[in-house]
Amino acid sequence: MPFTRYAEVGRIVLVNYGPESGKIATIVDIVDQNKCLIDGPESGVARQVIPFSRIALTDLTVKIQRNARAKTLKAAWAEAETATKWEATSWAKKLSMKKKRAALSDFDRFKVMVAKKQKSAIIAKKMEELSA
Amino acid sequence: MTVAGVMRQYQVVGRKAATDDHPNPEAYRMIIFAPNAVIAKSKFWYYLHQFRKMKKTTGEILDCVELTEKNSRTVKNYGIWLRYSSRSGTHNMYREFRDVKLTGAVSQLYDEMAGRHRCRPRSIQIIRTATVGAKDLKRNNGMQFAKAGVKFPLPHRVSSAKRGQRALSDSTYSTVRPTTFFG
Repeated sequence: MPFTRYAEVGRIVLVNYGPESGKIATIVDIVDQNKCLIDGPESGVARQVIPFSRIALTDLTVKIQRNARAKTLKAAWAEAETATKWEATSWAKKLSMKKKRAALSDFDRFKVMVAKKQKSAIIAKKMEELSA
Repeated sequence: MTVAGVMRQYQVVGRKAATDDHPNPEAYRMIIFAPNAVIAKSKFWYYLHQFRKMKKTTGEILDCVELTEKNSRTVKNYGIWLRYSSRSGTHNMYREFRDVKLTGAVSQLYDEMAGRHRCRPRSIQIIRTATVGAKDLKRNNGMQFAKAGVKFPLPHRVSSAKRGQRALSDSTYSTVRPTTFFG
């Protein structure tokens, strides 16, 4: 399978580790084989050098020049509608679902259990109908 | 003896102590890379007594200020000229590094000299540093990243298990091998 996600200026990345983990940012410049300079003014990621081992490349890119200023970055993000596009990806949805599940209270988990039971009751009844 | 680590840049100014016949001796200024101000001042005397007839006991340090990077938001190419002693002799060298700060490049230099040449920080003397434009780079490694439109995939991504994160999968045992291809 060929590579489609490249580490390049303008690539949107998801920070995997560290204080900014879970946020997306853009690669603004590449330092060398192992590090790049990222910036995410819209998502609250400070401009910093980060190693590739701490980030994951996404499919999204924005059109910016190397070393773009925060203002230019913000405009490029708005033009490409990066935030909405990211939220629409199944990757982002899965991440937010994980977060939601981790934040459930005991009552919420009870509600989930009840809902699951109701769902499986409906399915079982339908299966009985179909097999009969 | 300079120890390696995160380097800082200091401007150290010193002169021979004032005497009655020479009430205003010439002051000398040096830019020193050191982990802290104490070592910076010590290095100042180390160099200065090689250049001029003065030493710590006969001189005084007038000023020792840390210099901070003016712009640490862009990646720059740094060329560093150094002199180092190996096991067989002392040599001059020119190395290039890409970094956001000059002190970052100097820290990289010390680490790389230790790795590639087994050279301890005490054997390294930095002669000169300069910011180099992308087209004046001489070494291939920096040149390929300074080029416009540089892009490369991240092949064979191994998730590091060294940080107390769970290793490549959520459970200790797995029936499938982990995936290292992430596009």
